Amino acid sequence: MAAATQPSQSSNPLVRLLNLNTSNEKGGRALPLWRQLLLQLLCLVILAEVMFPIMYVVTLAFSSQTTRPSTLQLIPTEFSLVAFQQVLERPTANPVTFIELLRNSTVLSFGVGAVSLLIAVSAAYAFSRFKFAGRQFLMILVFVPLLMPGVGLATPLYLLMNSVRIFDCGDAGLGFLQCAAGSGKLLFNLRDSLLGVGIAMTAGALPFAVWNLKGYLDTIPKELEEAAKIDGADANRVFFQIVLPLAMPQLAVTFFLGFMGHWQEFAMAWLFLSKPQDYTLSMTLYNMTGQYAQNIPWNRFSAMAIIVALPVAVIYMALQRQIVGGLTSGGVKE
Amino acid sequence: MATLSVARAKKAQSAANQNNLAYLYLVPAFAVMAVITFYPLIYQVIISFTNFETKHLLRGLASPDLQWIGLDNYVKIITGGLPVQNFEFFRVLVYNLWWAITNVLVHVPAGVLIAVLLNTQGLWGKGIYRALYILPVVVPPLVVATVWRNIFDEQYGAMNQFLTSVAAFLGSTDPVRIRWLAEFDPPIPFLLPGVPLPLAYYAMMIANFWLGWPFMTLVATGALQSIPKDLYEAASIDGASGAQQFFNITVPMLRPAMIPAAVYGFTLSFNLFNFVYFMTGGGPARSTEILVTFAYDLVRNLRLFGAAAAFAVIVFFVSTTIFLITNRITRATESYTEA
Repeated sequence: MAAATQPSQSSNPLVRLLNLNTSNEKGGRALPLWRQLLLQLLCLVILAEVMFPIMYVVTLAFSSQTTRPSTLQLIPTEFSLVAFQQVLERPTANPVTFIELLRNSTVLSFGVGAVSLLIAVSAAYAFSRFKFAGRQFLMILVFVPLLMPGVGLATPLYLLMNSVRIFDCGDAGLGFLQCAAGSGKLLFNLRDSLLGVGIAMTAGALPFAVWNLKGYLDTIPKELEEAAKIDGADANRVFFQIVLPLAMPQLAVTFFLGFMGHWQEFAMAWLFLSKPQDYTLSMTLYNMTGQYAQNIPWNRFSAMAIIVALPVAVIYMALQRQIVGGLTSGGVKE
Repeated sequence: MATLSVARAKKAQSAANQNNLAYLYLVPAFAVMAVITFYPLIYQVIISFTNFETKHLLRGLASPDLQWIGLDNYVKIITGGLPVQNFEFFRVLVYNLWWAITNVLVHVPAGVLIAVLLNTQGLWGKGIYRALYILPVVVPPLVVATVWRNIFDEQYGAMNQFLTSVAAFLGSTDPVRIRWLAEFDPPIPFLLPGVPLPLAYYAMMIANFWLGWPFMTLVATGALQSIPKDLYEAASIDGASGAQQFFNITVPMLRPAMIPAAVYGFTLSFNLFNFVYFMTGGGPARSTEILVTFAYDLVRNLRLFGAAAAFAVIVFFVSTTIFLITNRITRATESYTEA
């Protein structure tokens, strides 16, 4: 959380690497055969290290054995979808369907990503383009929460949202916070709801989005905006018709990077939620390992691990080009 | 004269307009952050001075028996006076720093060496290797941690099974049963004085190595491409060997890119909540606990809300100190690039 430029830092090298594959790497002196073979051996050893846990999980997931593995198997000997089927039909012992888990995770990750982006973009624009009294102070104010690790805000958010309750007070109707006449039936507690978790996640995501987008907007050349201003466009038109469209690729990238992070969010959800129908996929995965999961077959755990990992991995691969484009294309070629 | 003052007035007018517009653009974000970010931060400081516990949940700060205990929570955390077993603040802090530093010290050299290997001219299958070596970056760390936790399972885990087959190859028939995540006795007792490093630490180093080096390879590969080829040509004409070229050209040219990456890796490892929580949960006996996992345990399981708030404030100051130091390091390397 502390380094404000994390996403752009982590995706830039990827971009470079992807561009690399197509660059002119041919030519130059040929490698002597003995060195070639030696280096190939080294590469294959590294490849074995990389593929070891991946093949392990894939093999387990496609196995129909419900007993735990007694010997090491890294290459699938059967292609059974039983584990996937069981996970999709009945993911845990809790009364919650897979669709509900998927919906909760999706709503949280997309919701937090989209909301923080929408709210942050205009503030990022103000910081990037306007000079005003107190600018320095307000920017430091936005940076302060970034110094706090994500878990650091858990306590106050838990306590504050726990106090937002709606009661059914019988004849008196609905009571907010508490019933006038003693105790009523608790209908809603913000803390114990997906909305509450979403708010808690946004608390950390929003300052990050402001800081991150400001950094990007700084890199967009000002020529287009100045030209539009000379043509008589006011600041609002410049923002909505020039800056926003130009920033769209980066907005998409920021949203996606946010989605990747929030899809895995665990700490707040695990702290806040108590009703099984609110559980997320990452909570379910946590429940499938460790000392309290002795009766969960490992083929089912592996199937679940693949299901949780797949959206992130697939979107990463599918959007590679857009991410690359978003990072490399600019409005004005200099 | 008159026109000049009119122009000046106009300019001042437009500056004021711009000022107002800027504040208008800031309103949505700051209104929301005021409620969900800044107010909780302040509230955190307030409850860190109280003995807030589960019984105060219903009425919050209005509870009649809620006491203001000043800096008591802070003192208890530092001196080990919390009603929590196996917790010493400075041991956890030192372990946390050690954990982050050793990770970076392993990931960066490995990442650079593999990037250099993949950059060898004429190497077959470069594209395939590069594509597959990326996989650990793409898999969510949360999934990585759960999978590795099972790999290190004492009875059914892949690691012990792998070691068993290696042992069988060497002529031993006994199955290997290493208690990777449960054994408390440190295998190398004097590695870090005063802080026990159990097997779980090494297991986590192995798992996090899998996760960590590919990112460093990504960064190093990008930086390698920007090193002008004529530098190497000139060096080899002058008779420099491969090793000399590596240490006199590659390493200095990579440094500006690798130091920010190492700093990023350090910050990431220092606060690696999901990974540690999913792999060991801080155990055995809190020996692999880092600051963020303990902060979480205080509120999630121990429910000592006042102490948890105080602990989060301390974590904030630790993080800020680390940020100020690492920021200085990154800045220093920036000026190095310009020089």
